[in-house]
Amino acid sequence: MAPTPVGSVPSLLPLRIEGVVKRFGGLTAVNDVTLGLKAGECLGLLGPNGAGKSTLIRSVVGRVIPDAGTVSVFGARADSAGAREALGWIPQELALYPKLTCRENLESFGLYHGLRGAALKTAVEWCLDWASLSDRALEPVLHLSGGMKRRLNMAAGLIHRPKVILMDEPTVGVDPQSRNRIFEMIEMLHVEGVSMLYTTHYMEEAERLCDRIAVIDHGRVIALGTRDELVQKAFASRSEVIVRFAKTGNGVDGWVKERAGVFEDGTARFTIEHANEVAVLLDSAGKAGHELADISLRKPNLESVFLHLTGRELRD
Amino acid sequence: MRTGLIALRRDRGAFALSFVLPIAFFSIFAVIFGGHRDSTPRVKVIVVDEDRSTASQRLIRGLEREGSLVVKKQPAAKDGVQQADYTAATAEAAVKGDTAPVALIIPHGFGEYPMAFGAPGENRPTIQLLKDSSDLIAAQVVTGLLQKVAMTAMPDLMAEQGSKYLGRFAGGLTPEQRKRIDEGLDELRRLENSDDQSSASGDSNRGMPVAVATRDVVGQNRDMVSFYAAAIGVMFLLFTASGASGSLLDEAESGTLDRVLSSRVTMGNLLAGKLVYSMLLAFSQLVVMFVWAWLVFKVDFIPHIPGFVVMGLSTAFAVGAFGMLLASICRTRAQLGPLSTLVILLMSSVGGSMFPRYFMSESMQKAGLLTINAWAIDGFTKVFWRDEPISHLWPQVMVLLSIGVVFWAVARRLAGRWEYS
Repeated sequence: MAPTPVGSVPSLLPLRIEGVVKRFGGLTAVNDVTLGLKAGECLGLLGPNGAGKSTLIRSVVGRVIPDAGTVSVFGARADSAGAREALGWIPQELALYPKLTCRENLESFGLYHGLRGAALKTAVEWCLDWASLSDRALEPVLHLSGGMKRRLNMAAGLIHRPKVILMDEPTVGVDPQSRNRIFEMIEMLHVEGVSMLYTTHYMEEAERLCDRIAVIDHGRVIALGTRDELVQKAFASRSEVIVRFAKTGNGVDGWVKERAGVFEDGTARFTIEHANEVAVLLDSAGKAGHELADISLRKPNLESVFLHLTGRELRD
Repeated sequence: MRTGLIALRRDRGAFALSFVLPIAFFSIFAVIFGGHRDSTPRVKVIVVDEDRSTASQRLIRGLEREGSLVVKKQPAAKDGVQQADYTAATAEAAVKGDTAPVALIIPHGFGEYPMAFGAPGENRPTIQLLKDSSDLIAAQVVTGLLQKVAMTAMPDLMAEQGSKYLGRFAGGLTPEQRKRIDEGLDELRRLENSDDQSSASGDSNRGMPVAVATRDVVGQNRDMVSFYAAAIGVMFLLFTASGASGSLLDEAESGTLDRVLSSRVTMGNLLAGKLVYSMLLAFSQLVVMFVWAWLVFKVDFIPHIPGFVVMGLSTAFAVGAFGMLLASICRTRAQLGPLSTLVILLMSSVGGSMFPRYFMSESMQKAGLLTINAWAIDGFTKVFWRDEPISHLWPQVMVLLSIGVVFWAVARRLAGRWEYS
């Protein structure tokens, strides 16, 4: 899929975000973000906690009024009735009625979206099936496991079968098994051609689910493209060497910086063009008196890209 | 204990209300029943002077001098035009219309024989006291003061009357005189030993200087159950409505509010929906309470259903909007609990849900008009006590609907803070 350069967004996209700025007092949570979501695409917003992902999503869904910029859905203003119907939002926190059953929750949210009668019934059945909760339809939410609640939370955002879905870290706090089930649900939507904006701070999720990834930090989109494009742009054909020191201190930090590496938590990362540069590094470390505990060579990934771009690791 | 204290301290509103609530409620009762009364409640009494004698005029002047009575001889002036004096018929209509709880009708011939002394069954003029039985105090106050005024305002007439009786009964004490006195004494002894001293329509004031016949013109043969059904009902409606509207805070805290507002539902839609829910819940509660009162306490419910529906829906609307207002003022459920308890108990005590407002001082009675309780209870009293037609309920209905509209509008404005960040 061809990348869309930052700052250039064609109109009539399923979702178009242009120059959005949101400040909370002195904090700029979203800083001049421009993005376009293509039809049938899953666009990842990858960034650490506090990067501004949720604020951007809430700006799209109308829960936050941006200080500047515009958001449109299929060319219509995001706060228009048509846009609201086209958008589905899965918030990061569970937003369900705990005393209502799964079916009653879905029915309630369906009614809020104007569904009635047979259309509502069909939508509820589809959601229960999609979330693998048909056998728990009559169970009150408060009796469900964490993973089931997450799945129902997602299903509630899809009750009106939106064309554009905004998923705000839907796997937060979910065990690995449930996470896999959620991935399958999202992939099912992807196959159906639904357009999705997916925020996460898990690199593996972005790599698995997203066609393109926007790396966001301190409210700014600092890179945009497919996984391979991002890696290529950051590292070209270079590989990554990860070095763990037996002892830190004693000038390790300075030694790493001298060799254009990044040092964090006792681990240094270098990029090299050729494998023989590893031997040069080992020799240099030995001469400087730095004892190595471990050394590995790997192809760069999104984690590496984020570190390369920000000088920080992408962590929880 | 530590975590509880920290949580309480963090929620400053709840923290403050935890201590303000008991102080406020204690103060309310202290003001109502304690030594801070600013004025004694004054009883309105309509006086009709059919006799127009010296005695009747002096009796009325004596009543007018009583600080705890407000004597009305004619209706309030209309457009600056003085109205004609009350007659027995217009006075009765005025009591029925809640202009005053008591009317006194001084009959022709009163001045001739103002004292009640005489043998039973003797045809002597008797003052008619017409009363609204929903006010348990007013008739007793007026009766007592009437006797006092009779003794103090016209002692010479009393003496003259006494001499008439002396001439009539003394002078040799013939066997007939002896017989009459004995009969009178027998009757007094009988009354002294009898429990039946308060016949509603009979001579209830034997042994008193002035003969008074009391008659209920409002709430005949009714007990206080319908009053309490309304009074207690409104108080619980307020609690129900505040609890129901607390779901708004639950939704804000749980995140479902965000989700709902991202759909086609607006904040106005949402508040209106919650208001309708609170209304229906409150109205259902009233229905259950009055049906229970009908089945168990024989309240005359069925003939009053139309009036009940009008007052019930008006009251339910006002309390529903009241609940929305409280919920939109508060930031958390923890704040809503003590605040709603404080406001509802305050409104209920001042507004007459806990004890009738005629027990209170005049200023407290006026303050009660600022509450939903007072208007709702007045309306239900009109329906169940006074048998007034629905058209007479308009002041109460208008006030309750106005309260509801204003409260809802303010709640809508305050709830705007949840609409966007």
